[in-house]
Amino acid sequence: MNEPTLVVRDLATHFTLRNGVVRAVDNVSFSVDRGKILGLVGESGSGKSVTGFSILGLIDPPGHIAGGSIKFLGRELVGMAERELRGLRGNRIAMIFQDPMMTLNPVLRIDTQMIETVQAHADVSQAEARRRSRDALGMVGIPSPDERLSAYPHQFSGGMRQRVAIAIALLHQPDLIVADEPTTALDVTIQAQILSEVQKLAANFGTALIWITHDLSVVAGLADEIAVMYAGRIVEAGRVESVLDRPLHPYTHGLIGSVPSRNRRGARLRQIPGMTPSLLDLPPGCAFRLRCARATAACEQDPPITAPGDDRLLRCFHPQLDVAA
Amino acid sequence: MSGAVEETPFRRIVKDYAGNKIAVLALVVVAVIIFLAVFASLIAPQNPYDLAQLDIMDGRLAPGAVSGAGWTYWLGTDDQGRDMLSGILYGLRISLGVGFGSAATAGVVGSALGLIAAYAGGWLETVIMRLVDLQLSFPAILVALMILAFLGKGVTNVMLALVIVEWARYARTARAAALVERRREYVEAAECLALPQWRILFRHILPNCLPPLIVIGAIQVASAILLEATLSFLGLGVPITEPSLGLLIANGYQYMLSGKYWISFYPGLALLVTIMCLNLVADQLRDVLNPRLQR
Amino acid sequence: MTLWILRRLFQAVLVMLAMTVIVFIGVSVIGDPVEILISPDADQAERLRAIAALGLDKPLWQQYLNFLWGALHGDLGRSFVYNEPALRLIGQRLPATMELAVTAVLLAVLLGIPLGLLAGLYPNSALGRLAMAGSILGFSLPSFWVGLMLIMVFAVQLGWLPSTGRGATVSVLGVPWSFLTLDGLAHMAMPALNLALGNIALVLRLTRSGVRENLPMDYVKFARAKGLSPIRVVFVHVLKNIMIPVVTVLGLQFGSTIAFAVVTESVFAWPGMGKLIIDSINVLDRPVIVAYLMMIVLMFVLINLAVDLLYTVLDPRVRLESAE
Repeated sequence: MNEPTLVVRDLATHFTLRNGVVRAVDNVSFSVDRGKILGLVGESGSGKSVTGFSILGLIDPPGHIAGGSIKFLGRELVGMAERELRGLRGNRIAMIFQDPMMTLNPVLRIDTQMIETVQAHADVSQAEARRRSRDALGMVGIPSPDERLSAYPHQFSGGMRQRVAIAIALLHQPDLIVADEPTTALDVTIQAQILSEVQKLAANFGTALIWITHDLSVVAGLADEIAVMYAGRIVEAGRVESVLDRPLHPYTHGLIGSVPSRNRRGARLRQIPGMTPSLLDLPPGCAFRLRCARATAACEQDPPITAPGDDRLLRCFHPQLDVAA
Repeated sequence: MSGAVEETPFRRIVKDYAGNKIAVLALVVVAVIIFLAVFASLIAPQNPYDLAQLDIMDGRLAPGAVSGAGWTYWLGTDDQGRDMLSGILYGLRISLGVGFGSAATAGVVGSALGLIAAYAGGWLETVIMRLVDLQLSFPAILVALMILAFLGKGVTNVMLALVIVEWARYARTARAAALVERRREYVEAAECLALPQWRILFRHILPNCLPPLIVIGAIQVASAILLEATLSFLGLGVPITEPSLGLLIANGYQYMLSGKYWISFYPGLALLVTIMCLNLVADQLRDVLNPRLQR
Repeated sequence: MTLWILRRLFQAVLVMLAMTVIVFIGVSVIGDPVEILISPDADQAERLRAIAALGLDKPLWQQYLNFLWGALHGDLGRSFVYNEPALRLIGQRLPATMELAVTAVLLAVLLGIPLGLLAGLYPNSALGRLAMAGSILGFSLPSFWVGLMLIMVFAVQLGWLPSTGRGATVSVLGVPWSFLTLDGLAHMAMPALNLALGNIALVLRLTRSGVRENLPMDYVKFARAKGLSPIRVVFVHVLKNIMIPVVTVLGLQFGSTIAFAVVTESVFAWPGMGKLIIDSINVLDRPVIVAYLMMIVLMFVLINLAVDLLYTVLDPRVRLESAE
């Protein structure tokens, strides 16, 4: 068995603000294998994007990685020199952002933005860098890539821009891609196209993929593994079919219950009562307990991580063992 | 806007303004400067315009020198033996008078035209706003020079030039604010009551357009003072017998080359402090009165 | 695009026409045209002859057309003082002013942008704070007074720089230039810096707020995620975005800089057209005043036009929209 592409252990990313410390990511552990896709699911503010940025070492002050380890192909990324990290970014580890309208520089041509990425990591001529850029555009399904190279971002539609961003991520055939809600801003049909293409590319190149999203239905169709985050922690993780068929954590339960589904036509969508708690100086204990119907006094302690079998991980005192209606 | 019971808008503004210590200090300095200017005749040791009080023998004395009559020229004297401290206090009075006077006049004229443009619409609006655009595309100093070139120099003409230079910015601000206010419900309500148009315009819309106009006003006072000083320095402004700060500085020019710096230096310093404090006050007012502009 | 340029050109011509009307009204209606256009030394007979010759007995609209006709042919009257065509006088002084204004704008770019980047990238550093405080001061400083203080420090006290005049010049294509000789540069240093002061403060603030605005943008984070060096992120990605407002404002400021040269030239006795216009206003040499005004209005219109064009070159988004 090969070593996983990425192993994250007890990662903690904190933001030190004037009025307290925000534990945006707290004791998060997971791993991603070569060619596999991990769906990192959670509401906005659950710390899933911060986790992604932590992996790339792109946490800006007042944020900082407060502890834990991120091992990428056996190399420790936490505490790695900036220069060395820069050599990995966009090269071995790439990232795709949420809003394709904002990620490309509006005043630089596509070729500039692609060629600079090629040349940042490979000592090749302008012509060669351009050729590689063109090939990458072709690979993500952009018609007549040669002409499109000299265009500006605003001349592309949102879906096309996201394809350009994906092409940039693929330029160096990275070992890991962190995709931060890359299809959220797109139309459903375009979303489906991009999902299937990304899935194909990951399988072809053996790229490991972390797909950050709040949309369970995307994860269901795409990912191999799933990790559910709530208030900076992973509350439940495991294989996608297993977790979605038999959710144990009340929060996962709630999430699944709030997704409209063909099988439950006519049934009321359930919503999770209450709001995501503020992460500023979060009290100890399970962060979900205030919204949880099953919470007891025990939940005021930090629930330990348990392994209820089937390769699953759980952080809850009162798992919901009955299957959702 | 809050509109909370325990906190009137005025109190909120005062509280927000006090949040910035430098702005508070600037406001205090502006108040002191205005006080000094208004009561210059009581405070100044000498009436610098009264030639009988000047002693030519005391000309160009350095700061701290003692006069023939036995008292001290703290800031020195100019070529005519005029006490610089007194000259600056009286000069401040002229500079502030011209600045506030022209800014206020321009404010009334410009705001009225802006409101009329917003409310009347049609060709009247087009004419007024085209004029505003044309005027604002040229720098103030050029417009002022043009007017002084047509009318000749002198203090009245400088005032007139300042008003003509400044009305346009008020007009643009007033029109923009009024266009927003016009769509508000209270204006529709007033129109339903068949109140006369001028009444709606000046009693209902104008008060709601005041905050941005006040901010513009504060900036305009500073720029009017600066422009007047510049024009006077160029010899196009106030007469030599009653010098403003700009003219005092100009008078010192020729003596500076022989190292007698104080004749130009201190009036300039007074001018700088005045303008900077007015700008700081305007900056803070903008932040406080217009939360939308804040980052 | 061509249609857009044509429309802008048409607007420019309209503005020029409007300005001729205003200047004409200013000279012929508000002022006394006889006094304005005829030398005050003329006697009664000369006066009447001149009135007839100048067409001042004709109706106003016809006078305006005559004025316009003359203006189109470069004839705006003769200076009383120099007894030369006013336009030629202005033309002779123009290079000195242009030289000063261009240098001032260059200084604003060379000093304002690096200081603004510094203040924007490190807003809490001592240098960043100092740059910001300096820029607030820059807006409030009476520029003529700063000029005097510069003379006092660098010419009178330290004796490093000459206080007035243009210094040695070199003639290129029949036009004398100061920037080609060391002496000329020494003479230009203080006036150019003086004229640049406000622009430096302006560029500094624009650059700083541009940096503050652009740094949190996704495209910056994406550029970093691509593994680009911080230098490339700042100087290519961020700077290119900032240059759009900076160039636009600076372009528009160029006109103001030429107008403000009036003050600087008076302080440093720089023999440009600004000095000429002040002298002319003081002795009521009105043809020169009119020539100056028409010349500077023309320059403004051309500068605005050039800035609009430059803007479309810099910002690809505008280019596309205007093509529609």
